[in-house]
Amino acid sequence: MIYQGKKKIWSDYQKEIPDDHWYYVRSCIRQNFFPASEKMFLEICRDVLGKDIYENEHHTTCGGIAYHCDTIPQETAMTIVARQFALMTEAGYKNYVASCITSFGNYSEILETWREFPELETKIREMLWKACRKEFNKPEYLAHSSDLIYKFRNEIAEKARFHLINKDTGEPLRVVEHIGCHYSKMFPSKGVGGAEYPYVLTGMVESWGGNVIDYPERRHCCGYGFRQYHVKANRGYSIANTHKKFESMEPYKPDMIITNCPGCPYFLDRWQYVIAEMEGKTYGQNGYGIPVFTYEEVAGLVLGYDPWDLGLQLHQVAVEPLLDKIGIEYDPASKYLGTNRKDIMRPELPANLKCH
Amino acid sequence: MGKLYEMLQDDYRVKEGLKTCINCGTCTAICPAAEFYRYDPRKIVDTVQRGDEQEIENLLKSDTIWYCGECLSCLTRCPRRNGPGLVIMALRNLSAKLGYFVESEKGRQLYPLTKMMTDNILNYGYCIYPDTFKWEDHVESGPVWKWHTEHYADSYERQGANYKGNGPGALRKIPQESLDELKSIFDVTGATERMETVEKFSQKKAQEMGMSMDEYFRHTFEHCTEGHFNNE
Repeated sequence: MIYQGKKKIWSDYQKEIPDDHWYYVRSCIRQNFFPASEKMFLEICRDVLGKDIYENEHHTTCGGIAYHCDTIPQETAMTIVARQFALMTEAGYKNYVASCITSFGNYSEILETWREFPELETKIREMLWKACRKEFNKPEYLAHSSDLIYKFRNEIAEKARFHLINKDTGEPLRVVEHIGCHYSKMFPSKGVGGAEYPYVLTGMVESWGGNVIDYPERRHCCGYGFRQYHVKANRGYSIANTHKKFESMEPYKPDMIITNCPGCPYFLDRWQYVIAEMEGKTYGQNGYGIPVFTYEEVAGLVLGYDPWDLGLQLHQVAVEPLLDKIGIEYDPASKYLGTNRKDIMRPELPANLKCH
Repeated sequence: MGKLYEMLQDDYRVKEGLKTCINCGTCTAICPAAEFYRYDPRKIVDTVQRGDEQEIENLLKSDTIWYCGECLSCLTRCPRRNGPGLVIMALRNLSAKLGYFVESEKGRQLYPLTKMMTDNILNYGYCIYPDTFKWEDHVESGPVWKWHTEHYADSYERQGANYKGNGPGALRKIPQESLDELKSIFDVTGATERMETVEKFSQKKAQEMGMSMDEYFRHTFEHCTEGHFNNE
């Protein structure tokens, strides 16, 4: 009886995710910093799983970062989003999947605000018509791209060449999962597991063989803070929050971190470098950092893709110690080569953070 | 209630984010900004809720409203389903609209932020774009990113991006007709007017401070005085 009761409560935190036919929109930050992750998302969905994911060159930023930097009015952000919905409508799709957590939060906020205040939706429809002569249907279903990889996590596990297991000890890897704040803190019902028990990344880690670490600051923000990073004078805020998380997770000795937000993997990676250079402190083993991954990068590794095809050479924290632990083969000599093995030199090494 | 209070009440984020605050302080306890800055979202919500016109004006001219990181952790934890972060967004919007933002150091940062974000959106269709993400302003991005910025075309090609290319893909060249539509949206929805307002008040402030606009940009982007932090 108690189990049924808990099962019932848990069902409130679940999210129905359609199986196929999605209109895909990209993330500003991820296109800049993790373009290979977006490529991998499309490759996994289309080529590995045979799904229909459509992308249109005319989609743009959703304006979410500009909106959360308080540089554009709410009506502007809403009308940019309305234009994106019009592109989806013109393409004949009803399911909308966003690569970005800020976008996902932005879309969720806009759809909820329109539901609560229909007169505002009417106003935005008029503004879009005036500006672009476009009309739109709202998506029947809105997802973040990590929701889809979560949905297909067991299919990915069935095709896995590697698992999140230490090849020498046979023990599951110790994994920190970090969820972007705007995934479910604003609208808990929109995320798998809600804000209290977000399961979107934990589900992937468990399916692929790892163990998720619980630690005190697990749900603390990475420290992006929009204007708190984009303005140089404010970046102490950003690094202070990342530092707080690493100090909290350090005693649990994580092997790796998996994230589902555009900014979080960048900040958790780069601020480790800065902490190492400023304080001489490193959080991984033997002077290395703790490698931080997007969920597509982890899915790609599990499926056996070449780490350099996944873009892991653009991380500042070296990923090689983790690849060695799992037993993933890689060619160190090709890490920094361009297409067709073109020599494009290689980065300098940091003074303190150990890198390859 | 005064005019400022009424203007705030017209903002949908206040309609959504401020029902009845019971001043419990849960938002402050969970807030990443409150731990770092001299910042207390509970007090801000209380000030707005009380509706004192002079206190709201002081708030709109203060550093305080610019400390929030808009992570919206407060929204999850508020026992009354208020959103202090949403109220902050409405306060910032009003401060920008009325030109009060130039009265505080953190508020003046709206000038470089507006330039960076709106230029990227209108020129490229992205909020962040490689050509304007200068390594010199982001040394924390590390030697790997320095190397990447020195080899953008080759490195992005290796990553499978479509940097400045036609058709779909990461960092594609967004077609001109789509950029024209963004510009039209800016004109119709008030973003162009907002940019002009920020420019106008910032120019006036730069003049008062004896700076050219380039100097003002660098100053507001880089300079941080003492007194903002809890540990000072």
